[in-house]
Amino acid sequence: MAGALELKKGVYAVGALDPDLPEFDEALTPYGTTYNSYLVVDEQVTLIDFVRANFAAELLENIASIIGDRLIDNIIVNHCEPDHSGALPAIVKAYPAAQLYGTANAQKALAAYYPDSTYTFNVVGEGDKLDTGELTFHFIPMPMVHWPDSMSSYLPARKILFSNDALGQHIGSGERIDTEVAKEKLMDCAQNYYANIVMPWGMQVTKLLGQVAQIEVDMVCPSHGVVLTTFLPDIIAAYARWASGATDGHQVTIVYDSMWGSTAEIAEKLREEYEASKHHVNVFSLADTHYSVVIGDLIESRYIFVGSSTRYNHMLPSVAGFLSYLEGLKPKDRVGLAFGAYGWSGESVDDIAAALSSMGFEMKDPIKVQWRMAPEHN
Amino acid sequence: MDTYVCGGCGWHYNGDTPFDKLPDDYTCPMCGTAKSLFKKVEG
Repeated sequence: MAGALELKKGVYAVGALDPDLPEFDEALTPYGTTYNSYLVVDEQVTLIDFVRANFAAELLENIASIIGDRLIDNIIVNHCEPDHSGALPAIVKAYPAAQLYGTANAQKALAAYYPDSTYTFNVVGEGDKLDTGELTFHFIPMPMVHWPDSMSSYLPARKILFSNDALGQHIGSGERIDTEVAKEKLMDCAQNYYANIVMPWGMQVTKLLGQVAQIEVDMVCPSHGVVLTTFLPDIIAAYARWASGATDGHQVTIVYDSMWGSTAEIAEKLREEYEASKHHVNVFSLADTHYSVVIGDLIESRYIFVGSSTRYNHMLPSVAGFLSYLEGLKPKDRVGLAFGAYGWSGESVDDIAAALSSMGFEMKDPIKVQWRMAPEHN
Repeated sequence: MDTYVCGGCGWHYNGDTPFDKLPDDYTCPMCGTAKSLFKKVEG
C-alpha cells in the first residue's frame, strides 16, 4: 500500500506498489514495480491511467482519500496494456459518468479487453486538448512506445509530462521521487527497462524526445517507477543515446550455456583476449543468469558473442530462448561471434551464427571445439 | 502473393486495395509509419 502523494498543486500520485513482483513482460524485476496512476484535481477531476486489476481496490481508496465524495469527470487512458487498464471495470463502475480519452487504437483494444464494461470513449490524437477548468491537457500520441495505442499527456501549467511507458523504471522498493533513489540504481533500472521494453522502438523514441524538447517540462510522471525531477535531464540524455542505437566499440557482452564446462572455457578465453586489448567485457552464463539481465547489459555493447554446447544436434534451449528474445529487441550496429564445444556433430555454432547473421550482425570467425580446447589454448 | 510489412512496428498490410495503389500519404494504422517505409516480403 503506497497511499496518495501530492506531487504538485492539485496533482497526486494514486497508484499501487507491487514490491514482490518477480518478473514483468519476460524481464526480471528485482525491485518489483509500481503501477502508477495520477489524479489531477481542477474544476473537473481527471484520472490518468489505471492500475493492474488486482490493485483496483487500492486505487479506489487512494482516489477517495483525495476527492472524498466528488466524482471523476475524465479518465485519460494513455495505454491499454492490462497493467495500466486492468482496473478499468472497477473504476468505470464506481464513476460511470466519467468520460474516457485515448487514441483510436486504445478504443479498439479496450473494447476487446473489457466487453462487459460500459463507458463513453472519446478518441483523441495529435494536437487535441482537454480543458478541465484552469488546466488544459495536451495529448501527444507516441505509437509503439510501447504499443500502437500508446500516448503521453502534457499539463503545461504544471510543466508535467505524464509519459506512460516512456522514461519508466521497475522500481517498486517504496521510493516515490527520483531524489529518494541512489542515482546509480535509478540509471541501472532505467537502462534495464529501456533495453527490455523499449529497445525495438528507437525511431519512435527519437521522435518523442524531439517533441518533448519543444515543451517545458520539469517533472515526468511515468507509468512505472519513480517520478522524475532532478535526474530527468540524465534520463533524457540516456534515452537519446539508447534510442540512437549507437554502440560502444569497447564493450563486449559474452553469453553462453555449457553442459560440461568446455563452452565456458571458450567464453573465458574470449574474455582474456578482449580484456587484453582494453575492452570492457562482461560474461554471463545462462545457467544462472536470466536473459533479461544480459539484455540490460548489452544495450551499448558493439560486440555480442554467443556460445552453446551442442546437445542432440541443437544448441541448448536456454541459448535458443535468449536468441529469440534478442531478435525481438532488434539490436543494431553489432558484431557477433558464435562459439561452442561439441562431442560429435557441432550444429550449435552454425545455428547461432545463422541466427545472429539474420539479425544483421557483422560476424567474426566462429570458434568450434570438439570435446575441449587443447591445453595450450586454455 | 507479396505482402507488405511496416518498417516501424512489423504490422502486415492485408487490405483489398493492392499496396502500390494506396495513396502516397498512407500511413501504418498501428504506428503511423510512412508508406515509403513499408517493406515488401516476397510471397
